[in-house]
Amino acid sequence: MRLFTHNMLSSNIKGVANGFPLRIEVDQVVEKQVDFNPDFLKNMFPKLEWKALVDAARTMGYTELPEEADSSMLESEEFLRKLHHALLELHLEEGALVCPETGRKFPVNKGIPNMLLHEDEV
Amino acid sequence: MWYLCVFFHRLLDYRRAEVESLAEMLGFFPSLEWRLPENQHPDSPFHLVNLPSEDVARNIANRSILVKGIYELWGEGSSLEQLEESIKSYPEDRKLPYLTCETTFKVTVDSFGKAISFQEQNDRIKSLAYIPFKGRVNLKNPDINFWLMETDDYGAHNGLPPVVQRRIFFGRLVGGADRKLLPTYELKSRRYLGPTAMDAEVAFLMANQAQVMPGKLVYDPFVGTGSILVAAAHFGAMTMGADIDIRAVRDGRGPDCNVWSNFKQYGLPLPVALLRADNNLPPWRPGLKERLDHLLKIETTLFKHCTLPRCVKDMVLVLVSPIPSIKEDDMPGASASAWTVLHKVTGKRSETEEALRNRNHAGPKHLTCLAAFIIFDAIICDPPYGVRAGGRKSGGRKLLKGIVAPYTVPDDKRTGHIPSTAPYSLAECVHDLLDLAARMLVMGGRLVYFYPVLRENDVVENHFPEHPCFKLIASSEQILSSRYSRVLLTMVKTGSYTEKVAEAATIKHQEFKENYVKRLEDGNLHSSVFSPVHPQLGEETDSKSCKELKPKYRGKYV
Repeated sequence: MRLFTHNMLSSNIKGVANGFPLRIEVDQVVEKQVDFNPDFLKNMFPKLEWKALVDAARTMGYTELPEEADSSMLESEEFLRKLHHALLELHLEEGALVCPETGRKFPVNKGIPNMLLHEDEV
Repeated sequence: MWYLCVFFHRLLDYRRAEVESLAEMLGFFPSLEWRLPENQHPDSPFHLVNLPSEDVARNIANRSILVKGIYELWGEGSSLEQLEESIKSYPEDRKLPYLTCETTFKVTVDSFGKAISFQEQNDRIKSLAYIPFKGRVNLKNPDINFWLMETDDYGAHNGLPPVVQRRIFFGRLVGGADRKLLPTYELKSRRYLGPTAMDAEVAFLMANQAQVMPGKLVYDPFVGTGSILVAAAHFGAMTMGADIDIRAVRDGRGPDCNVWSNFKQYGLPLPVALLRADNNLPPWRPGLKERLDHLLKIETTLFKHCTLPRCVKDMVLVLVSPIPSIKEDDMPGASASAWTVLHKVTGKRSETEEALRNRNHAGPKHLTCLAAFIIFDAIICDPPYGVRAGGRKSGGRKLLKGIVAPYTVPDDKRTGHIPSTAPYSLAECVHDLLDLAARMLVMGGRLVYFYPVLRENDVVENHFPEHPCFKLIASSEQILSSRYSRVLLTMVKTGSYTEKVAEAATIKHQEFKENYVKRLEDGNLHSSVFSPVHPQLGEETDSKSCKELKPKYRGKYV
């Protein structure tokens, strides 16, 4: 699971009002090289929750992202490279996503988050 | 200019829709004009289409799957004599540049509905001696491809559309589909397959209907083995897929036989994300749900005809929205010219800028909220409708003896618990799909999916699901058996999603469900497709005469 996905996911357990962002529990992180695509990054940037991304990247051991970001930074290739790495190249291979309200763990195996709810959570 | 557009004779309903989608994708907005050549049946492969330029024509043809060729038509007629007359009267200045001695050329003779012998082909080519070809012949790799095509009523029971009169066309090839894609991507060489993997040709057609282009984000909520996303990735899209079956998305059939390996097999970029999720309760974070009415109003008046580029549309929405702190450079991708257009359209620029300057204190978070729930450029899928695969959703219940109340998972068993699932009806599935698409597609984004219909006595009902945010722009039937078909629906998002819209959509959905979908449910669709036919008594003896009565023309069964 890439942090791009993490940035879109939220806990949708019945009764949970604020399921975003999910906390990340790391068992194994892998890095996979992905072709650099600045247009995609520029397109996605306004759709990101920046703080959630910075925190998630930190949990995964990547601390290069600035605390605050605005779109003027998209001009800098250095920034785009960092964003690219954090968003697309860091994979949570094994671990869990934890609902911030209930503490329910959504397991991540082989890089696939399992977001299916239990019978009593629907 | 009018071009001759010749199609492959298959998937008849999909042909014009594909060309129209591609024309729009390439930036040609007004709807296309079509004509049929003289004496041609609507199902004939020969069509005339009005396109703005040869470049557009070439790009459409090369990207398409069903266009055999788009030709600059030099002449046509019912006989070789008429053809000669027609070619001679075609303007010289259009012909001569392609006949000079520096060029190499080839003439291909083709006929629809009959094979022409090599000798006859040669004779036909020789009969074109009145065209002053000056270039050299090159059969392998010519600069210019000329085609002489003919269709006639050959009197054979070959199931082709009826032909009233012979027609001959002569034209210069501008472009044609790259059908080599199909053997490359055909399912039998695909490593990881499921029972409902989408055929490569249809998957490419779906990607074309969805106007997939490099850099776009495409989502499939019923990803399975990824066969639809493979086609989207081939055209350069970033892909994302979800499925409720974790075995399909996570495990596949081993480390080298899973959804990822299907992309690696063709050297395509891997999906941005694969996850296990339920389409009934999608785990996407909420965006901003309420938007003011005036915003909606402006949006519908501005985008009624949908001719503005996407970046302008997004910008208009941001500008007229009541959310502060949005600056020009907060919308990357929107160019200065977009601002000029915008200024003209709204006349509000200075006013808005002033407001923005004064209210600059709020954080950029608001912008993120507005944009958050419009993230996908297209959603393409083949929902489970219960014929070959039934849908499942979460919320099943363990059947424990004597327990009627909803099942509660004991605390010590929560880790590693495998939740049970409940059946997911077609009506609910389609409603959830439309709701998700309305929430998460960008304005002008497309939802492309298959929907089943029953055929009775060759009559098909054509009532399809509706949604206030969407306009249905194409419905293409593919006949699967004498009893049922699937229809590829292409819907384009034309309105914003608001609470009000969601309510209206639910009401519309209820009506639709009452009237039409009920018939398809409760195993009705499944039994209609699979139950044996009960021939009425006495019919068997007539089987021979039945065969003769069988209509010659097979129509959309091709």
